[in-house]
Amino acid sequence: MNISLKIVSIVLLVFSGFANASVIVCKSCELSTIKQGIDAAKENDTIFVKKGTYKEHNLVIDKPITLIGQDYPVIDGESKGEIIRVISDNVTVDGLFIINVGTSYTEDYAAIRIVKSKHFVIKNLVLEKLFFGIYLEKSSFGKVYHNKIIGDAKEEYSSGNGIQLWYSQNVEIENNIITRVRDGIYLEFANNCSIKNNISSDNLRYGLHFMFSNDDNYEHNTFENNGAGVAVMFSKQIKMLDNTFKKNWGTASYGLLLKEINDAEIIGNTFEENTIGIHIEGSNRIRYDNNDFINNGWAIKVRGACYTNTFVNNNFLYNSFDISYNSNLNDNEFSNNYWSNYTGYDLDKDGFGDVPYRPVKLFSYVVNRTPETIILLRSLFIDIIDFSEKVSPVFTPENLIDHQPLMHKI
Amino acid sequence: MLKILKYSCYDLLRSRWSYVYFLFYLLLGVVLLFLNNDLSKAVITLMNVIIILVPLIGTIFGVMYYYNSKEFTALLLAQPVKRSSIFLGQYLGVALSLSMSLIIGLGLPFVFYGLLESNTIWDFSLLLITGAFLTLIFTALAFNIALYNENKIKGFGYAILLWLFLAVIYDGLFLMSLIVFESYPLDTYSLVATMLNPIDLSRILILLKLDISALLGYTGAVFQKFFGTNLGVLLSTLVLSIWVILPMFNIYRKSKRKDF
Amino acid sequence: MITIKNLHKHFGKNKVISGVNLNISEGGVFAILGPNGSGKTTLIKCILGMVIPTMGKIYVRDTSIKNNWIYRRDIDYLPQIANFPSNLSVKELIKMIKDLRGKFCDETPLIERFQLESVLNSKLGTLSGGTKQKVNLLLTFMFDSPLIILDEPTSGLDPIALIRLKELIRQEKIKGKTIVITSHIMSFVEEMADEIVFLLGGQVYYKGTIDGLKKKTAQQDFEHAIATVLTKNYA
Repeated sequence: MNISLKIVSIVLLVFSGFANASVIVCKSCELSTIKQGIDAAKENDTIFVKKGTYKEHNLVIDKPITLIGQDYPVIDGESKGEIIRVISDNVTVDGLFIINVGTSYTEDYAAIRIVKSKHFVIKNLVLEKLFFGIYLEKSSFGKVYHNKIIGDAKEEYSSGNGIQLWYSQNVEIENNIITRVRDGIYLEFANNCSIKNNISSDNLRYGLHFMFSNDDNYEHNTFENNGAGVAVMFSKQIKMLDNTFKKNWGTASYGLLLKEINDAEIIGNTFEENTIGIHIEGSNRIRYDNNDFINNGWAIKVRGACYTNTFVNNNFLYNSFDISYNSNLNDNEFSNNYWSNYTGYDLDKDGFGDVPYRPVKLFSYVVNRTPETIILLRSLFIDIIDFSEKVSPVFTPENLIDHQPLMHKI
Repeated sequence: MLKILKYSCYDLLRSRWSYVYFLFYLLLGVVLLFLNNDLSKAVITLMNVIIILVPLIGTIFGVMYYYNSKEFTALLLAQPVKRSSIFLGQYLGVALSLSMSLIIGLGLPFVFYGLLESNTIWDFSLLLITGAFLTLIFTALAFNIALYNENKIKGFGYAILLWLFLAVIYDGLFLMSLIVFESYPLDTYSLVATMLNPIDLSRILILLKLDISALLGYTGAVFQKFFGTNLGVLLSTLVLSIWVILPMFNIYRKSKRKDF
Repeated sequence: MITIKNLHKHFGKNKVISGVNLNISEGGVFAILGPNGSGKTTLIKCILGMVIPTMGKIYVRDTSIKNNWIYRRDIDYLPQIANFPSNLSVKELIKMIKDLRGKFCDETPLIERFQLESVLNSKLGTLSGGTKQKVNLLLTFMFDSPLIILDEPTSGLDPIALIRLKELIRQEKIKGKTIVITSHIMSFVEEMADEIVFLLGGQVYYKGTIDGLKKKTAQQDFEHAIATVLTKNYA
């Protein structure tokens, strides 16, 4: 790794030598601080920061340069405030180890903040002891990839987010590892962004959080053991593909929260061992396709008005409750799903059960009303009342039926 | 007591019923594993069997054995044997042979299935341990009922009623009480109510493995504490043991005073 | 041998034994007589510890039998109704009882005496009442205990077995054992018993020799003496 990095650097050095100049910063060099390096660099120059610890903060990059750390030099902000601020287009920051961002209750200090800039690349950074990590403010067409953000957040009010986008469009966020911050990735008014292959775990609040952001997609990410996996709120046309939501346990914990979401696609995701797989509130026209719901407390909990959603070809495996509704009205379609709790038969061998499946149990209704009753889960008495409700539904939506439940897992 | 235990076991081994029981479990295990091929589903079905059927069989078997071995008892009473030894020996004979049937009957197919290498081994052993506990508890309760009722029909009736109460009616009353008093804090109440019924307690013990995701969704602090830690398992085991020891002690006490 | 002091036994409101004082001395055949429901079997069961007295004390060989079970090592008991676990064979039953008592003994002479060789391997459930009673006797006399209690030993026996039983009782008596018998067959009692106790309504009506009873009732023979007692009290 180190050797290849060096070779790349040398190659870069050789080639950039023709087009752009390079500036070297090291503890024993003429330029011994990064600030001096930035000041000395001209547009399109590359600054190489050698190994060492640089106690600096409030560094401002105001011209298109490339800042590369070699062998992970440490920038120690000594908890005095923001560390790097980019206010120019075409800036690349690469290979730095940034620690000790200042904490403030009035300002969102970040390890690196991009302000009103385009075409930035933030990569290979390691951030520790941070408040906010990477903060993109009104910045677009950039990339944030292969960074590692390790926080030590304890309380929501005194911690920041790993990667935050605010009024930022067309940003690609890939292959990052984010752990123990408030929200792993937070998007507010951020459209057309793509979030891929990230691992967001052990965060206080959400692994990934959308607010008022449209036309984004996230895929192949893993969200594990967060306060809640992913929250998508007040956003439109979000594509959620092939993600894994795991072990989000707790009172108000869920793999995925959808609140006032329209026209989204949720396809190929795995929801495993969450208290609630997907919590849906006021969300319409959403396609749920080919998802696996495994060992969740509630695979899907529907609250409030949700219209014309379709649940097709999903696997519901060993959830304590498959679907829970708080009313007996339903306008959503469930068909061709595999339900491990299904006990019907398939006499004509067409792969579909001959008896329709009713995924909402009376008991889930009872538990909604009186949460303590959860202690009676899987009791014979509960099975009996569930059965009688199945025969003649009173409290649960009568038309919530999978008419063609699959006999085999997809 | 060991001699009585030996002869009770011996006697049971000669009777058809313990084989039927053993074969039933063996068949159940084989069907669940080899025809279904789905371990998680098998464990859920097993749980239902264990919390419903095991107590029922323990109860019926206990009562039946007591009444059927009256002659044997009469014979023993005139021998230089301690009275409590006779009854505790017989009780243990029934309870242990039932437990063995359960453990071996279900255990064999699981061992052949290659369970020993999988992670489910702990969940599965938990199932078997609770099953054994329930057998011990319900056989003891059945012996108590039989000791107090000379009339066979009456004894059977009470035993079935006891099972019905603990397996179904108790939970119905419990559910109603929770709904009626829903505006009060019910954490402690519901935990205590669960502890008081061995079937409920075993159910919760298994749920801790099976449905922990759902259980952790509950807001109550007492619940959280109970389910989140090993304390819960420890406490449950303790209470289950008490459920075995108390009826056993009563067998001891009652058998000392009873006339034959 | 056996001392009973102020023994009471109530089953609910039913007072079966009320205030029995009895002393059975060592050696000889002692018969307990009385009409149905006079408390004979209950008395025997009290001595055996199968029925717990409501009040009073019982001493066997000078030790209180309360909460005690070791004294039963010295007693051989023949129950009134021969009920055995039906799925055991005779052989197994003998083996089991020997094992339970932890005592060595040789049962073969007794098996011969009652001609039980042919049924040794049969299940007890398949035996006739008389054969069961023979097995019952066998189990009783197998051990060489100083006290033998026989509750209705003659029931169901054929004449030959009865003769054998009488021989056996005499034999044991000669060995100096104490034999307690209850029976309805007066001739059997008259033939065997050295001393009798007559229970009536849960109390001792008479204790002494048969001749004493005859004198008391001014009757010539034993059966009439008993009949007189009964008619006097129940007429």
